[in-house]
Amino acid sequence: MAKPMDQITWQELQVGAVVVEIGNSTQYETGSWRSERPVVEKEKCIKCMFCWLYCPEGCIHEAAEGHFEADLTYCKGCGICAAECPAKCITMISEEK
Amino acid sequence: MGKVRKGVEVSIAIADAVAQADVDVIAAYPITPQTHIVEHLSEIVADGELDAEYVPVDSEHSAMSVCCGSAAVGARTFTSTSSQGLALMSEIFFIAAAMRLPMVMALANRSLSSPLSIWNDHSDVMMVRDAGWICIFVENGQETYDNIFCAFRMSEDPEVMLPVAVNLDGFILTHMIEPVEYEDDDLIRRYLPEFKMKNALHPDHPVSMGCFGMPEIYTEAQMNREMGVRNSYPHIVKAWEEWGRLTGRHYRPVETYRTDDAEYCIVTMGSYGETAMEVVDALRAEGEKVGVVKIRLWRPFPLDEFRAAVLGKKHLIVVDRAITFGGQGGPVATELRSALYKRDGAPTIVNYVAGLAGRDVSRKDFRSIITEGRKKAEAGDTEGFTLYGLRG
Amino acid sequence: MAKTSVSSPKNVERAEYFAPGHRACQGCAEVLAVRLVLKALGKDTIVAMATGCMEIISSPLPLTSWRIPWIHNAFENPAAVISGCEAGMKAMMRKGKMPAKKINFVGMGGDGATADIGFGSLSGALERGHDMIYVCYDNEAYMNTGIQRSSSTPYGASTTTSPAGKKSIGQRTQKKNMVEIAVAHGIPYVATACPSFPFDLLDKIKKASETPGPAYVHILSVCPTGWRIQPSDAIRYGRLAVNSCSFPLYEVVNGKYRVTYKPSDKKLIPVSEYLSGQGRFRHLTDKDIEQIQAATTRQYERLLKLSEEE
Repeated sequence: MAKPMDQITWQELQVGAVVVEIGNSTQYETGSWRSERPVVEKEKCIKCMFCWLYCPEGCIHEAAEGHFEADLTYCKGCGICAAECPAKCITMISEEK
Repeated sequence: MGKVRKGVEVSIAIADAVAQADVDVIAAYPITPQTHIVEHLSEIVADGELDAEYVPVDSEHSAMSVCCGSAAVGARTFTSTSSQGLALMSEIFFIAAAMRLPMVMALANRSLSSPLSIWNDHSDVMMVRDAGWICIFVENGQETYDNIFCAFRMSEDPEVMLPVAVNLDGFILTHMIEPVEYEDDDLIRRYLPEFKMKNALHPDHPVSMGCFGMPEIYTEAQMNREMGVRNSYPHIVKAWEEWGRLTGRHYRPVETYRTDDAEYCIVTMGSYGETAMEVVDALRAEGEKVGVVKIRLWRPFPLDEFRAAVLGKKHLIVVDRAITFGGQGGPVATELRSALYKRDGAPTIVNYVAGLAGRDVSRKDFRSIITEGRKKAEAGDTEGFTLYGLRG
Repeated sequence: MAKTSVSSPKNVERAEYFAPGHRACQGCAEVLAVRLVLKALGKDTIVAMATGCMEIISSPLPLTSWRIPWIHNAFENPAAVISGCEAGMKAMMRKGKMPAKKINFVGMGGDGATADIGFGSLSGALERGHDMIYVCYDNEAYMNTGIQRSSSTPYGASTTTSPAGKKSIGQRTQKKNMVEIAVAHGIPYVATACPSFPFDLLDKIKKASETPGPAYVHILSVCPTGWRIQPSDAIRYGRLAVNSCSFPLYEVVNGKYRVTYKPSDKKLIPVSEYLSGQGRFRHLTDKDIEQIQAATTRQYERLLKLSEEE
């Protein structure tokens, strides 16, 4: 787990400021950007995985019940999954509700 | 190659040294007076005498970019340029140092445009003074040959990891035929171990290089870089000492000639050191207590060695090879004045800028720089600089 | 119509080489393109990337989204940097300094890095014949610095430095044809792609990877922020671009053209359907659109002709 950027000392940086902890952007939770979130009607999901394929965040995964859903830690609420779902089983709802 | 002494053009000796160093990648773009170096390297690669990728790039900007890519995967990397070429690659020149990418450059020093001129001075290297490269100056063919190996050893040292520029005067050195003692390959292999780069780009251990820095972290990244350059100093000295042990040819960050009892000294960087020594010999014969101080390591600046060499002398006459337009003197004199400010026993400094764009500075000229300079120093005329030989 | 090798998301590589937590705008189809490209390339890949949106959003120190080795150096040099990586590894593998292994060397840049500032270094790298892939993510303007025009901005688009005004249509010049310029280098593989046609894109990147020598793939990357559309419409607009023939999908293998996706009569749409919903084209008159339609048809017909000649 990388320290927040405003707490790192100069000695803690790698030579050349190389980052060796790859993929650690997962520490940054972009879900807080969201104003709408995707809600899936599980029984209507045909598991085609197009939502997974088109998600710019790469944050959609197979849930335990077999349908696909977004990881709200990262989902920015762009609505692409809802727009592209062939089964029309995803609805964007306001986070303010 | 076995140990041999031969008469050779200095550019050819550089290329031969690069081949002996078993370089993996050479990326360069032709520019006078660097061309003989890269031409000969192309021949060596074409003849299979060196197994390397010679990348004939579209510009110096791409030359330095290719070198960055090559160094980033841990390949031993060499380039060479001059003047406008360095100016064009300067953006990436800075980045190479910041990303701590080891590589060696033979920088055939040449003036900057305009007016366009292909001849020698130091305005090119002074432009990138603050980039964070290790900068070495050499003054003859043997020093050039030797310092190619020393430069690789310094650059690739895990405690250093910085690019190194070996500065040699364009034409004055690059095109000169001189006797050079070549070392045998076994000695080179002992001196220069295989480059093993920590955190090189490779799919087996992925890393991210060249990330973006917010204000919260940029300062720390710069300090990390600054300390990298500072801390390279003892390793540079060690690399030279080891070379001296193996070959009997010794190099120091600051070198002196007949300074022990000298009352005043002339300070040079690069090939002018040779002429200065000759003139000092002549003046000594006439009873003048004068010596020569040569700055071999320009970056990181050898502050302690320089002070030790000059404190207690009355005057220094500093010969610069570039102008800092609108500044207070040539770049070397400005640096030295700053190094001596408020030091006990600090000599006064008189600054000449001479030999711009290859204008010849003969022994006679050196003699007048030294005698005039001494008079100026004694008269307290030490502000700014004098453009030596200027008409009008 | 040739079929793609994969036609269901189920058969697409599951591994993610680009981690979430990146800071791309909502609905960014460019970062989606990066994600898909990496899936097609797999883990044995090194990427050199230009300064730009994808670099900034993926690498704020000390974080990175990249799970494969990645280097950013400057704006105009990803092609040169990756050619240096390729040269270095090639030499070290040949000399036994490193175990031999097939690695994808991939340069990536936006349209500004590719068609403008990095044009010379890209041309040099393609001409030198390195075994590399260059991927241009074309969002048709300098989006990272705030939607300024590039030479890849299409005719009529309003940007912050080609604003539509009383005396200006917006961008006055035609989009620079980087694909044809790449083809003119005589390299073995050139293609266009769009993440709205993901299987076509994955196939082309795989082909580029399997092609020895230089390959160039030009990916239309819809930018909701710069194009002034809804983020949820990003995939749809890519489809509209392709189905209106504004951005045809094709490949050029050793000089032979092949249109990889021809919109059927049912799918073929006029350019007005592509342009009208975008804020950057809102000011265009019917006459302007007619003119764009004529140019688009002409170019598409030329492409079909090239494709049929084979």
